[in-house]
Amino acid sequence: MGVMMKIVRAGLLATVSGVSLLVMAAPGAHAAGMPQLDFHNPLVTGQVIWGAVIFLGFYLVLSQVMLPRVGRVLEDRSKRISGDLDVARSAKQDADKAVAELQQARKDAMAEAQANLQKTLDAEQQAADQKLAEINARLSAEIADAEKRIAAEKAQAFGTLKEIAADTTQALVSRLTGVTPDAQLVAQKVDGAIAHQNI
Amino acid sequence: MAGGSSIDVLGQFELHPVLGGLGEALRFSQSPLYMILAACLVLAFLYFGMRPAAVVPGRFQAAAEVCYEFIHSMAVDTIGPEGTAFFPFIFTLFFFILAGNYIGLLPFSFTFTSHIAVTLGLAVMVFLLTVIVSLKVQGFRFFAHFMPAGASMFLAPLLIPIEILSFLSRPVSLSIRLFANMVAGHVMFDIFASFVIMLAGFGVVGDVFAIGPIAINMALVALELLVGVLQAYVFAILTCIYLREAVAH
Repeated sequence: MGVMMKIVRAGLLATVSGVSLLVMAAPGAHAAGMPQLDFHNPLVTGQVIWGAVIFLGFYLVLSQVMLPRVGRVLEDRSKRISGDLDVARSAKQDADKAVAELQQARKDAMAEAQANLQKTLDAEQQAADQKLAEINARLSAEIADAEKRIAAEKAQAFGTLKEIAADTTQALVSRLTGVTPDAQLVAQKVDGAIAHQNI
Repeated sequence: MAGGSSIDVLGQFELHPVLGGLGEALRFSQSPLYMILAACLVLAFLYFGMRPAAVVPGRFQAAAEVCYEFIHSMAVDTIGPEGTAFFPFIFTLFFFILAGNYIGLLPFSFTFTSHIAVTLGLAVMVFLLTVIVSLKVQGFRFFAHFMPAGASMFLAPLLIPIEILSFLSRPVSLSIRLFANMVAGHVMFDIFASFVIMLAGFGVVGDVFAIGPIAINMALVALELLVGVLQAYVFAILTCIYLREAVAH
């Protein structure tokens, strides 16, 4: 590698020094002048005419045929891409709409079910309340009836009690004293005792 | 190319009539022949590249499309919306010069862009086009450009000649840039290639040393490939810039 580099470097040095030597040693190289500047040569000026004709032809073929063809392909492509994008966009819109509709339908159904449930619950509640009220009314009527009966029986029992108490008192007094007390007086006393006892 | 102790580096630029007397009468040298070849190569490239006209392009078609889009974006980006009208012209100009430069790199071929007559012809065409477009778009306001806006009237006698001179020197600089680049490259090729032949006369030592000029010429081919496309690009982009000034209101 090092040797190669050295050779290349020596070659370069030789070439560079050779160039300067040869350019000095070859004054004839530029004596004729540059062929490009020899404007007396009809071929040199002829290039301008031919160049103009060829350039014009090249321009016409490119601008009328070739470049519109390339442009059409590029335009078709961009149109197709944008068309596909539009289709995809509208499909996405449709899908979004469908999803929204689905969600709306679900929401509606949920609301309807809730409403139905509430209605049923309300109806049940009302029926239960009504039944309860009926039962309460019946029960209170029965209670009132029963209380009335109890009161009647109590009054009757008290009436009987007074007779029993008068009889018992008469019997006790006659047994103790041997004198049968006046029934009216006994009844009076019993009444007094009852009133006194506050029974 | 190398005759004795002298090197004929300029012989490669000489013109010879094609088809003998007919070519001489029509002033038809190998230079127009290579122009036709260049134009045909570009047209064939586009024709065969775009023949499938596929939505999904193959490599060849993609290359043709890249060429189209490269010049198209250059024209539209530089000139503006009016650039589409000038796009075919810029495309023709760029690929005419590029094909000329690249065909000239093939051994035994001829580089028509190394002739000042050709490059000056192209530059004058561009110059006249910009003047015509300027006059058409801007009318007589076009001449107002020779007096920079905002400069004091005191400087006018100095500025106006400078502006006119710089405007008129455009075709000169445009043509000489391309011409000089191509000539310099081809002269270098010729010089280093001649060294190889001369060194061969020195026996084995010369053969070994001949590696140097060959390596340099290989590097030069790479450089010339760059210069060829760069000069075509410079020519085209400067034309675009001149046209932008011409279409500006």
